[in-house]
Amino acid sequence: MPDDLKKVAYYPGCALEGTGHAYNRSTKAVGKELGLELVELKDWNCCGAMEVKNIDPKIQTYLSARNLSIAEDMGFDKVMAPCNGCYHNLKKAEYDLKNDAGSKEVNARLSGKAGHKTYEPGAVETIHALDWIKQAVGEEELEKRVKNSLKGIKVANYYGCMYTRPRHIFPEKDKGPASESTSKPHFMDDILGAAGAENVDFPLKTACCGGAHSLSDSDTSTKLVLNILEAAEACGADVVATECPTCHTGLEMHQMRAEKVLGRKTNVKILYFTQLLGMALGLSAKTVGVQENMSDSRAFLKEKGLG
Amino acid sequence: MPIHEKSLIRPENLVTHDDLVIDGVDVSGHWSTFIKGRSVTDYNEAMQDEIAALPGGENIHRCWQCGSCTNACTVNAVNNDFNPRYWIYLIRLGMEEELLRDKDIIWQCVSCNKCTYACPRDVMPEGVMKATAHWLELKGHTPKSPSTIFDEEFTRQIIKTGKIEETRVITRFFRGTGQPLRQNWLEALIVNLVKRFPVFYLMRLGLSVVFRPKTRGWNKARHAINEYVHEVEEANRKALGLGGEGAK
Repeated sequence: MPDDLKKVAYYPGCALEGTGHAYNRSTKAVGKELGLELVELKDWNCCGAMEVKNIDPKIQTYLSARNLSIAEDMGFDKVMAPCNGCYHNLKKAEYDLKNDAGSKEVNARLSGKAGHKTYEPGAVETIHALDWIKQAVGEEELEKRVKNSLKGIKVANYYGCMYTRPRHIFPEKDKGPASESTSKPHFMDDILGAAGAENVDFPLKTACCGGAHSLSDSDTSTKLVLNILEAAEACGADVVATECPTCHTGLEMHQMRAEKVLGRKTNVKILYFTQLLGMALGLSAKTVGVQENMSDSRAFLKEKGLG
Repeated sequence: MPIHEKSLIRPENLVTHDDLVIDGVDVSGHWSTFIKGRSVTDYNEAMQDEIAALPGGENIHRCWQCGSCTNACTVNAVNNDFNPRYWIYLIRLGMEEELLRDKDIIWQCVSCNKCTYACPRDVMPEGVMKATAHWLELKGHTPKSPSTIFDEEFTRQIIKTGKIEETRVITRFFRGTGQPLRQNWLEALIVNLVKRFPVFYLMRLGLSVVFRPKTRGWNKARHAINEYVHEVEEANRKALGLGGEGAK
């Protein structure tokens, strides 16, 4: 196991303190079970999600840069963000501070006035929960640690938008078979595959759930989500595995909305990949927060001998 | 110049003749090939520069109209009037009136970045869509979209406390857009949750109301960002020739 991944800085973000709390709980539980340590960033702030950039992208860069500078101050060169939005924004800030003079200038000015060190790009690398587990532990080791195999569970792995797009902010991706792919991501497939799950060939891995307008344009979001859920069912999946709180709650909310408003019911379950992995490692459904999800998967999990 | 495609073949531009014979051929009736002649004289020559001056619109001049953006577009698959390539074309030519036909849907871009991923010219069409929606609002062509109301409430809370508290953003958003909070699907979700774990949820809700999430030591950052936001707003209005302290 690479030493620098055993203990990383942890940036949960706002969603993981609210609607995505189950993701927070299961990520921490899985880390603990695998012997990995997470140290939460001290006094972190919101990354700006998908909203602040529409007011001004440079404020968003500053918000993320402040978090990166906290990680650096705490002595870390890696920060792990399980939320796609946070992960994306920290990556984007890193890119903009390296490549855009205007962003650099505004960041220096705001950091100065706010009274903290100006973050310089290159000091801290942002990784996703998928990178963290795949690179710190790996499939071989995971296979050995599985106590309660996910055998017989068909999973559609859903990555969403912000994990792979736009390509230029992820310089480490698309670098050959061992690296992550931006067109056909596979890290979640690899991890859950090692835990025994049967990954279905899912064409909508990086489709959009309309999360940015989940509430402001619900009709569009419902159509997009329904498309994803129905495609997953058509591929034979029992579960859509997620790795982003915005996607996850978007899928859950609009699964219900499609049923109530359009009369189109889908039965596919929606679970965070950390919940599935945690249960495979022998943790209970409660420990990984299945009861906190908006959709109810408890009966299904029981039937499959999990939780 | 690209062909002005289907937009000309609109019902109001079709010509119908009750009785028309050309070179001995009867062409009476409804023919999509007879389109009213027209000439455009009211090009808005400032439009491209104005949109390029807003955040996200900077690279619009790079577009060479390949259509990769529209081809990749998530919203286009749901509503084919949503056509980023076409809008970029209109903006670059300055065909404001034509663009305004679609003014009420441009804000619907979901920022999935498929266009930016596909674009061979680094136009960053996602940014251009945001800049265009912003331009429409600043110019008074459209009211603030639900998305803008959400963005502003979200940003206001981050600037204030450094963090977001979801229930507050959501309730304020519903109030701001005049939507009822009681929608059957939302209720069904909440009832399901509370039924499963009443004590847990009521406690969590109570706690988040009493202890609003906030970042410690945020004061100075708040002032710095507020000052900057003000500066940006001024600059945007100036770029659009709207003068200083206009109505927001």
